[in-house]
Amino acid sequence: MYTQALNTAEADDRSLEDAGRAAQFQARIDAEERIEPNDWMPAAYRKTLTRQISQHAHSEIVGMLPEGNWITRAPSLRRKAALLAKVQDECGHGLYLYAAAETLGTSREELVDAMLAGKAKYSSIFNYPTLTWADIGTIGWLVDGAAIMNQIPLCRCSYGPYARAMIRVCKEESFHQRQGYEIMLTLCRGSDEQKAMAQDALDRWWWPVLMMFGPPDATSQHSDTSTKWKIKRFSNDELRQKFVDATVPQAQYLGLTIPDPGMIQDAEGHWRYSEIDWTEFKQVLAGNGPCNRDRMAARRKSHDEGAWVREAAAVYAAKRQARQTAQAAE
Amino acid sequence: MPAANIEVSETPLVLYALRRADDALILGHRLSEWCGHAPMMEEDMALSNIALDLIGQARELYTYAAKAEGKDNDEDKLAYLRDVRQYRNLLLVEQPNGDFAQTLVRQFFYSAFADLYWRAMMTSRDATLAAIAAKSEKESAYHLRHASEWIIRLGDGTDESHRRAQAAVDHLWAFTGEMFAVDDGERALIHAGIAIDPGTLRGRWLTTLSDVVGEATLTLPQNDWMQQGGRAGRHSEHLGHLLSELQSMQRTFPGQTW
Amino acid sequence: MATPNTPLWEVFIRSRNGLAHKHVGSLHASDATMALQAARDIYTRRGEGLSIWVVPSTAITASDPAEKAMMFEPAESKIYRHPTFYEVPEEVGHM
Repeated sequence: MYTQALNTAEADDRSLEDAGRAAQFQARIDAEERIEPNDWMPAAYRKTLTRQISQHAHSEIVGMLPEGNWITRAPSLRRKAALLAKVQDECGHGLYLYAAAETLGTSREELVDAMLAGKAKYSSIFNYPTLTWADIGTIGWLVDGAAIMNQIPLCRCSYGPYARAMIRVCKEESFHQRQGYEIMLTLCRGSDEQKAMAQDALDRWWWPVLMMFGPPDATSQHSDTSTKWKIKRFSNDELRQKFVDATVPQAQYLGLTIPDPGMIQDAEGHWRYSEIDWTEFKQVLAGNGPCNRDRMAARRKSHDEGAWVREAAAVYAAKRQARQTAQAAE
Repeated sequence: MPAANIEVSETPLVLYALRRADDALILGHRLSEWCGHAPMMEEDMALSNIALDLIGQARELYTYAAKAEGKDNDEDKLAYLRDVRQYRNLLLVEQPNGDFAQTLVRQFFYSAFADLYWRAMMTSRDATLAAIAAKSEKESAYHLRHASEWIIRLGDGTDESHRRAQAAVDHLWAFTGEMFAVDDGERALIHAGIAIDPGTLRGRWLTTLSDVVGEATLTLPQNDWMQQGGRAGRHSEHLGHLLSELQSMQRTFPGQTW
Repeated sequence: MATPNTPLWEVFIRSRNGLAHKHVGSLHASDATMALQAARDIYTRRGEGLSIWVVPSTAITASDPAEKAMMFEPAESKIYRHPTFYEVPEEVGHM
């Protein structure tokens, strides 16, 4: 889901590449052609995309944890089924994305290992804890809402497998945000206690959600190549503003207050938010958020405890293959 | 003040539906605990699908139990506001996930039964139960396929996986007898053609088990001493913890809509 | 012993009878049986399919994009293969 915040520039290692091919490649991009796995591409394009898609995939998989935290405690059977289906979808999205990244030549195992070794990033938002049921509503409404803002333009990304994965993800994800908003609406129409729970969740998640879109354009030096290659089609601030403008009326409808007393609507109708605390963003991204260590520990534990299962399946497959070969030889 | 337990008028039919609903919910809940933690992403998807099937079955059965009871209970009250002694599920399904082998052996034992059970129940004279059976049978058939393939791979995989799978079989075997037991209330329903006699399924169930376990190079225990009690609300210590988590919201915030 | 990477499979799904199988994505599985099950669990959970093919990714032989000109451009000039190349008076009606 969440890639915008993670885009980083690639060092220029194109020196050895044929300038003519690079120009042809750029011409194809400019003509809105899609690039496919076996096509020639600049090494930096491959590297940037591998990084971005795999970070996106890691985010989906780590993103299962905060919401998964509430599957066993969902307050009704209807909510339980919906939440489980939603978290399962995120796993599916991670799976599609790893497959898209693999078309660029790095195996899923390597990509996952890099994440588990702490060498790859994932979206900072998942390093915040889910404390109450209202957090599940808020994540669906805001975190998925922000993700959708990011992902819709990615459906037109220049790299074919990524764009196709995004189309599938967007299609499946359309229920996620509605699911979250419905939870919020139910809380806001409920008791004072429930409404307070909803407001508390919004208070805690609002700023981290705005950070999901990444550093402000003025300080972000990374977007140039991504934009040129049509991996990225809108700037961080553009998407963030679009998100805020879409969200404010939704919050008003719920009767919730966005925790930004300085927010005003300008003459063009845009909601101007206050300064974001980028120190917090940097700290969370650097591993110092409230849950970074827990998230990584949980992923490593599942990976390690699953090793014998993966090994058993591989060994069995080899045995079966050998038996079939022996049978055929008889 | 925490929410109190509801009272359920357990007529034979209500109790019959509740028992199957509890089986499905508790097993679905256990599988949902895996979500995000499976040995591979593909298996995360598979276990969640099975959990969703089971939770779906539970919802239909609870709704039917509530209707058969005819009071103001509903699926959520039945799931969230009965205490451990009021739960009627098999001891098998409440056993902790343990390692992947234990989860899959538990699933295998149950699904091998459920597949036969729901297929037989499609002929129930009770139209609702027959309809639930028709849907559940297809789901259970796939659950059995999925679990069987894993039992074979774990049993005939590495030394470690074989050891873990055999340990799970040995551990869970004593919880399987309960699936075939019948009490007086159920006997009357069987007589009326509403329920089926699970005892008649045991032979075919054993054949399924023997086939798969044999291919997996595992062995079934010889000991036929079986644990009983789940159907009467005498559970293992594990269920109380499961329920305290499952029910925490409804117990903490009584009477609210979510 | 290091476990080898789990093989990659390509998944093709027939969404309705009468339609061809279409590539929908990939997955990892240790063998064909598991690949088929995983494809069902991943790619048909919204009722997307009635039939599934799984193919080891390594079994696919692909044309080389660098040979695109040689492979595909010669077909472009054969416009007489298309119905619109031929003129039929309107009065004749649909043909």
